Amino acid sequence: MTAAVFFGCAFIAFGPALALYIFTIATEPLRVIFLIIGKASEGLKSINPDETAPSMRLLAYVSGLGFGIMSGVFAFVNTLSDSLGPGTVGIHGDSPQFFLNSAFMTLVIILLHVFWGIIFFDGCEKKKWSALLVVLLTHLLVSALTFISPHYGINLVSTYIIMVLMGIWAFFVAGGSCRSLKFCLLCQDKDFLLFNQRSR
Amino acid sequence: MIFPSRDFKVLSGFSSDLEARGVLCSPEPGTPQGRAMLTFMASDSEEEVCDERTSLMSAESPPPRCCQEARQGLEDGENAAQWRSQDSEEDLDDADRYVCSGVPGQPLGLEEELTLKYGAKHVIMLFVPVTLCMIVVVATIKSVRFYTEKNGQLIYTPFTEDTPSVGQRLLNSVLNTLIMISVIVAMTIFLVVLYKYRCYKFIHGWLIMSSLMLLFLFTYIYLGEVLKTYNVAMDYPTLFLTVWNFGAVGMVCIHWKGPLVLQQAYLIMISALMALVFIKYLPEWSAWVILGAISVYDLVAVLCPKGPLRMLVETAQERNEPIFPALIYSSAMVWTVGMAKLDPSSQGALQLPYDPEMEDSYDSFGEPSYPEVFEPPLPGSPEGELEEEEERGVKLGLGDFIFYSVLVGKAAATGSGDWNTTLACFVAILIGLCLTLLLLAVFKKALPALPISITFGLIFYFSTDNLVRPFMDTLASHQLYI
Repeated sequence: MTAAVFFGCAFIAFGPALALYIFTIATEPLRVIFLIIGKASEGLKSINPDETAPSMRLLAYVSGLGFGIMSGVFAFVNTLSDSLGPGTVGIHGDSPQFFLNSAFMTLVIILLHVFWGIIFFDGCEKKKWSALLVVLLTHLLVSALTFISPHYGINLVSTYIIMVLMGIWAFFVAGGSCRSLKFCLLCQDKDFLLFNQRSR
Repeated sequence: MIFPSRDFKVLSGFSSDLEARGVLCSPEPGTPQGRAMLTFMASDSEEEVCDERTSLMSAESPPPRCCQEARQGLEDGENAAQWRSQDSEEDLDDADRYVCSGVPGQPLGLEEELTLKYGAKHVIMLFVPVTLCMIVVVATIKSVRFYTEKNGQLIYTPFTEDTPSVGQRLLNSVLNTLIMISVIVAMTIFLVVLYKYRCYKFIHGWLIMSSLMLLFLFTYIYLGEVLKTYNVAMDYPTLFLTVWNFGAVGMVCIHWKGPLVLQQAYLIMISALMALVFIKYLPEWSAWVILGAISVYDLVAVLCPKGPLRMLVETAQERNEPIFPALIYSSAMVWTVGMAKLDPSSQGALQLPYDPEMEDSYDSFGEPSYPEVFEPPLPGSPEGELEEEEERGVKLGLGDFIFYSVLVGKAAATGSGDWNTTLACFVAILIGLCLTLLLLAVFKKALPALPISITFGLIFYFSTDNLVRPFMDTLASHQLYI
């Protein structure tokens, strides 16, 4: 267990979340507050100097990210600090991939929380109770899958599949469409380009 | 201390020192902005430190522009946190949206909206330094063994906690707390008396001695311990040069002029050093009881009509003076409207970016003692000119920094060394800070900054350490995720 393991696992687990934070939240003080508090108060919601009131989707995204980060951090940070210290992994017959598996699991949990947050908020708003139920059940399913560790293969692969499905669902719930995705990938999205120009 | 606009009188946070000398704030006569500077008074013994607990201070807006009341809060004694986020005074862009609460026919919601609008930015401007201070403290605690070793206690906490029974230990910690709090109250009252009888020079000198000790002696000790931990050799001439440069630049930045960022960095380092001293020398149970008691005292001192803090504020208001200079961390968005010159009095380390947009520039609290600044900074300059320069900023007293860091550092230092507990306390303090700012915007009067954060911090610490930690440990060791 070395610094390499420490940094590697840390970035695997928290890299995407940190990137999401830096690129989408850190620049907006209001969103940072949402992240810390978890839900916005009415007063904070109505204040935003540059744009219209933060939309429900933004709130869903930020609170999903907040919950995800907290959950990931609480689950993984003690393991991470142990990885710096002396020791041998798996000396008693456990899998030597302990840290790596924990890191990937943490990553997928964080991303899942973001997607679940978006879907859940949307379900609450549109009163789609089936969405809420599915979110709840998939969460339970993912947690139950972790019970079968150390069979990492099934555990991780199925959880990642669930994450991809949730991600696609959240994308469509948040208003994306195949067309907008195509525009984005081909850099033809005029609104996005204009927005970037403006903010410079 | 928070004051948004330069026109505002500065409320300086002042905290009486816990250990020995108190922190004296040298009142800055004159400048309406009232930059107060606070320096530490060195104590005789090396253990004693003057601690300034600062509180969030609020400032009032001057009548012409804004109908919001300006109020000077003087924070004396422990933590008087008065904070006002309403400095949303002048925003050129929204100049016409400015509403005086007294103006009939104007929607009140607009004013509140503007208030909250800047409240969010102020909250973030406070999050960053508080987070940095806590990071420094936690990093030091986790790596340098010196600060977690038990090497005696301060004279303010004479009762030992090495007792055979739990009841005795509890009693000793309560007695320690009583002694500590009475020292604080006494220093606060002493400060009020000094201020009332205008012993400004005395206070000022005291503060300079305090910051000298902090910047040189404690830095030397800290550097020595860090070098020992990493087994790095440093010869005495290099050490002398390093400490001398650090301390001298610090004194200049804090008490005179300097770049704002440097000043903020020094203030954060000073707060971290103080917090480390407290973490090292306060016995465990005493530390927690003291934290709780300080919050209660802060609440009482700020909100009670006869509280020392309130009396200080009223005195300062009567004299139309800036309140005691305190060690205050300041981060201000200075914004001028077409004004080419800046008043020298408010200079300090004021940076001048100054586009009409809000720029985060940091105002230095350190308008150090400018004896010549007594009257409005620009002699002959009309009030209107001053009003055009606006500075919206947040000033948070260092005492608040210190106690937040003590809480988080103690959480990191305790036996289990659990990161979950540390993070939970960190988040709790930030939530408390956010709520305090929100409450301030709602109530529009001075509120103490410590109670909410420390209460949340204590609740989170004990519940996480005793309930969450064993649970999460088991989950993590079996790689179960919930």
